[in-house]
Amino acid sequence: MTAISKTTNGGPPRENLAKGLGIFSFALGIPQILAPGRVNRLIGVRDDATTRMVMRAVGAREITAGVGIFSQRRPTAWLWARVAGDTMDLALLGAALRGKSRHPGRTLAATGAVAGAFAADLVDGLKLSRGEAPAADQPQPSSMHLKAATTVRRDRDELYAFWRDFERFPTFMAHLAEVTSTGSGRSHWNAKGPLGMNVEWDAEITEDVPGERIAWRSLEGARVDNSGSVRFVEAPGDQGTEVHIELRYDIPGGSVGSLLAKLLGEEPAMQIKDDLRRFKQIVEAGEIARSDGAPEGQLNKRQLKPRPAHPLPDDKLAAVANGGGTS
Amino acid sequence: MRATVWSGRNKVQVENVPDPKILNERDAIVKISSTAICGSDLHLYDGYIPAMRKGDILGHEFMGEIVETGRGVSNLKVGDRVVVPFPIACGHCNACARGLFSVCENSNPNASMAEKMFGDATSGIFGYSHLTGGYAGGQAEYARVPFADVGPIKVDSGLEDEQVLFLSDVFPTGWMGAEMCNIQPGDVIAVWGCGPVGQFAIASAYLLGAERVIAIDRFEYRLKMAREKAGAETINYEQQPVREALREMTGGRGPDHCIDSVGMEAHHHNPGMYAYDRVKQATRMESERGYALREAILNCRSGGTVSIAGVYGGFMDKFPIGAVMNRSLTIKTGQCHVQRYLRPLLERIENGDIDPSFIVTHRMSLDEAPNGYETFKHKQDECVKVVLKP
Repeated sequence: MTAISKTTNGGPPRENLAKGLGIFSFALGIPQILAPGRVNRLIGVRDDATTRMVMRAVGAREITAGVGIFSQRRPTAWLWARVAGDTMDLALLGAALRGKSRHPGRTLAATGAVAGAFAADLVDGLKLSRGEAPAADQPQPSSMHLKAATTVRRDRDELYAFWRDFERFPTFMAHLAEVTSTGSGRSHWNAKGPLGMNVEWDAEITEDVPGERIAWRSLEGARVDNSGSVRFVEAPGDQGTEVHIELRYDIPGGSVGSLLAKLLGEEPAMQIKDDLRRFKQIVEAGEIARSDGAPEGQLNKRQLKPRPAHPLPDDKLAAVANGGGTS
Repeated sequence: MRATVWSGRNKVQVENVPDPKILNERDAIVKISSTAICGSDLHLYDGYIPAMRKGDILGHEFMGEIVETGRGVSNLKVGDRVVVPFPIACGHCNACARGLFSVCENSNPNASMAEKMFGDATSGIFGYSHLTGGYAGGQAEYARVPFADVGPIKVDSGLEDEQVLFLSDVFPTGWMGAEMCNIQPGDVIAVWGCGPVGQFAIASAYLLGAERVIAIDRFEYRLKMAREKAGAETINYEQQPVREALREMTGGRGPDHCIDSVGMEAHHHNPGMYAYDRVKQATRMESERGYALREAILNCRSGGTVSIAGVYGGFMDKFPIGAVMNRSLTIKTGQCHVQRYLRPLLERIENGDIDPSFIVTHRMSLDEAPNGYETFKHKQDECVKVVLKP
């Protein structure tokens, strides 16, 4: 009935510290090239043609490291380049301190700053080298790609028309509270996230081929970047239409958030399956099948803890009718 | 209302629960006039069907009077007398369109639970665990009937409840068991189990043109019913070896087709063999005691059909697939697609071809349901079928 496949990518880690160090490289390298004399005076070393040339060379090295860190998916090698550069800087500053420094205090301060940068470069370089993995205490978003399919005994045009009306999505997508069309292919989505946190975003239709395919994606500013598409393919032998759905989204909280959602029965792979079953029920049967044990209809998290199969008392029934009451 | 609820292994009780309400437009509420305990209810009672919860209302064989309908039910009105089929089916999916109502694609709200167990979902069933949807059953005063516009059959004629009640399950189940054998003139059919489904399988095999039907059981009173009411020749497997008896009775050919109307809690005449599977089943190393099915396969004539009407829930050990493959046997099975048979079988009853009330041995009030379960389970007092009157 419903086929599903799912792929999860760890994705490139954000490497916040590495990026910060890259910015530091630019902030240091640009004045070193453009105004080496001022930098010399600032750090209290002798300012002459030789030291200005050394300062420009150091600046060029910093900028190269910065470009390297930002342009690489894995900036580890460039971090190690920074570590080497820091070592060289420390050696130069050490020489300046031993020699004739006009302002030994300033040179000492500069040495301290470079030592700090050295430490940061070393820590980050080690961290990224160790399996190129981000630290476990820094949740990273993970991009999830879900596919599911079902066959519905209706023609393509009817199913396309149903799906094209995004405002209907909450009738079968249980995690959606509301979708509002905001005109010209755009819509505003309000979803119930794990632990009752609501997530809102705007989306736009990116592809619309009547009777065949609809694709959409969230607009910039969405907390959960997501995109989706649905394809309608005629099923063989008068069985209606195959509905193929694909969703891609970044789960907030990364793998930790995904695990948490899984424990709460709200994992996206389950949701999409439940959603397709309800979609099929609404279109074919005209209503969502509800039982005493599962009064909300198909809902994976209810199946973890079904109600006894006897009629609900009136107050609980009202809660279910109002869309709440999942306890 | 009063309802029979499951409260653990070997424990049912009649309790006060809230009255059912219309939840969907295609629902109806039925005030139950007669309801029965099914052999498959004993699998729940014995604790062999997974996903039961304390407080589940049992019962999937019931009939009564429509007291309320949802807006989407236009073919029934308040006051109509109906028999309700045990599978819940939407009537509009590809399975229903092909007449496969018991595998309806839309009626099981716990479809993904069933999918994990069986590979794909089955339809919803009244009072038959959360795997089949968690629907409250019909051993109660009232029941909510989903998709009431395609399920229940109206019975206007002056037939008694007990003549039509078994259209809900056991008569069509036995009928489908015989139909799956594709009986041809001259065929000899063997039926394992002389409970209600077995009795109807025997009777149906004759109605479908069988030359002879041989019934196998160990309870003399059930064999007597099979002989006298359904017209079978009988073998008591505790008194004679089944294989030799079948060969003798069929000129060495073996039965052309075999029907298993026993299911997962079969019994074996050899105490050692019985203890072996009993222990494995009790310790959940297998979920079925498959003696009847194994014996049916091994005794079926080459090229014949083994039709499984009895209920199985999971995994069986020592399934003789070699016999099936090498002797060109066909296995056919399925929970009965009752909706498919309601009209033609009601006509058979109206014509007088069959009077299904012959299986009833016990009539009780709903409040006596716990006693009914015990009597039926232990086959006390020559029990074949218990009908409860709410």
